[in-house]
Amino acid sequence: MYSVNYHRAASISDAAKLLKSGDAKLLSGGMTLIPAMKTRLAAPSDLVDVSRLKELQGIKVSGKTVTIGAATTHYDVSADEKLKKACPALAHMASLIGDPAVRYKGTIGGSIANNDPAADYPAALLALGATIVTNKREIAADKFFKGLFETALKEGEIITAVTFTAPAKAAYQKFRNPASRYAIVGVFVTKGKDGVRVAVTGAGDDGVFRSKEIEAALAKNFDASALDGLKVSAKGLMSDIHASADYRANLIAVMAKRAVAAANA
Amino acid sequence: MSDVSLTVNGRRVSGSAEDRTLLVHFLREQLGLTGTHVGCDTSQCGACVVHVDGRAVKSCTMLAVQASGSTIVTIEGLANGADLHPVQAAFKEHHGLQCGFCTPGMIMTATDMIARHPEGLDETTVRAELDGNICRCTGYHNIVKAILAASQAMAKGAKGRARQAA
Repeated sequence: MYSVNYHRAASISDAAKLLKSGDAKLLSGGMTLIPAMKTRLAAPSDLVDVSRLKELQGIKVSGKTVTIGAATTHYDVSADEKLKKACPALAHMASLIGDPAVRYKGTIGGSIANNDPAADYPAALLALGATIVTNKREIAADKFFKGLFETALKEGEIITAVTFTAPAKAAYQKFRNPASRYAIVGVFVTKGKDGVRVAVTGAGDDGVFRSKEIEAALAKNFDASALDGLKVSAKGLMSDIHASADYRANLIAVMAKRAVAAANA
Repeated sequence: MSDVSLTVNGRRVSGSAEDRTLLVHFLREQLGLTGTHVGCDTSQCGACVVHVDGRAVKSCTMLAVQASGSTIVTIEGLANGADLHPVQAAFKEHHGLQCGFCTPGMIMTATDMIARHPEGLDETTVRAELDGNICRCTGYHNIVKAILAASQAMAKGAKGRARQAA
């Protein structure tokens, strides 16, 4: 790792100030950033640690509205009793990230700011139609995820929370790479007041995306059988040593079916 | 350079370290606590697992300065003098190690796992929760046996203590 200057932010506004120094980066759980720094794929001059800020912690459920602080860990999301009642699919999704030690450190804000094309949270937030709250504005998930490791975040902008309305039905199914624990394909399905939303991670050349064809089929009939015979196109899907685009296309249909079955269970 | 102050195995320690120093290196090289191992150095293998503020994390993926102010327990902090911790005793009894390199991390993960499942553990749960700990000798069978035995022994111990208290 190259030399770096560490700062522990005292507040969100303090973090925003510290972010202006050199080529500074925010540090939350560090589960992606620190490995990237160790391999010198990332070399920030300064790290601004926001993981201990109380104002970024915790999960609030009020009626159907769920708000999760940006520095809330995957473990805390997976274990929160209120969330397990309001939106069990999201708690379940968080329990599938990495391994237990990674879930104790990694955070929801860190995951979505990084927008890894195989990360789980981008699919969840897109399918939930969530809103990403920053220190400057609110951004709809549909406009937030912009491509591989790209988001709508501007220089110096800090995610403070994520908020969404819990849908009537939701589920996430993930075909996991056993070594990296990232999704080879992950599908998050929701059925709420705005209809059916289906988001796919791990598969798209441009990162997370909504599958309009699966959404259309499920809007008519929210049942796994509605996807029988549906052929997902391999166009725009990733091919790598783990899976070809054709294989991923098939997995999208399989994971979507399983997710619908789980959502209806 | 930053000052790093920690409580490690009940002892308050402080030192100065480069900001890029990983917690595992601080523990091993500055504090001489070499029980915590560096296996893969890529947060996969879990040989470096220690407890930071009561949570089992990978000390190769955390800066020492990030941990400053925290309470840390390493493998050296588990035993009570000559009395092994129940998880250590179970690993010995069930031959839960071969070369022993992964053992400190396995045991620190196991103690956290047992604490998180006061209702008891089954084999499927233990295997799933060992996701982040790799044994290159592939000695998982006895590791799982040891964790299940320790979980039972600790549940009995807890009941015994509760009876004494009542």
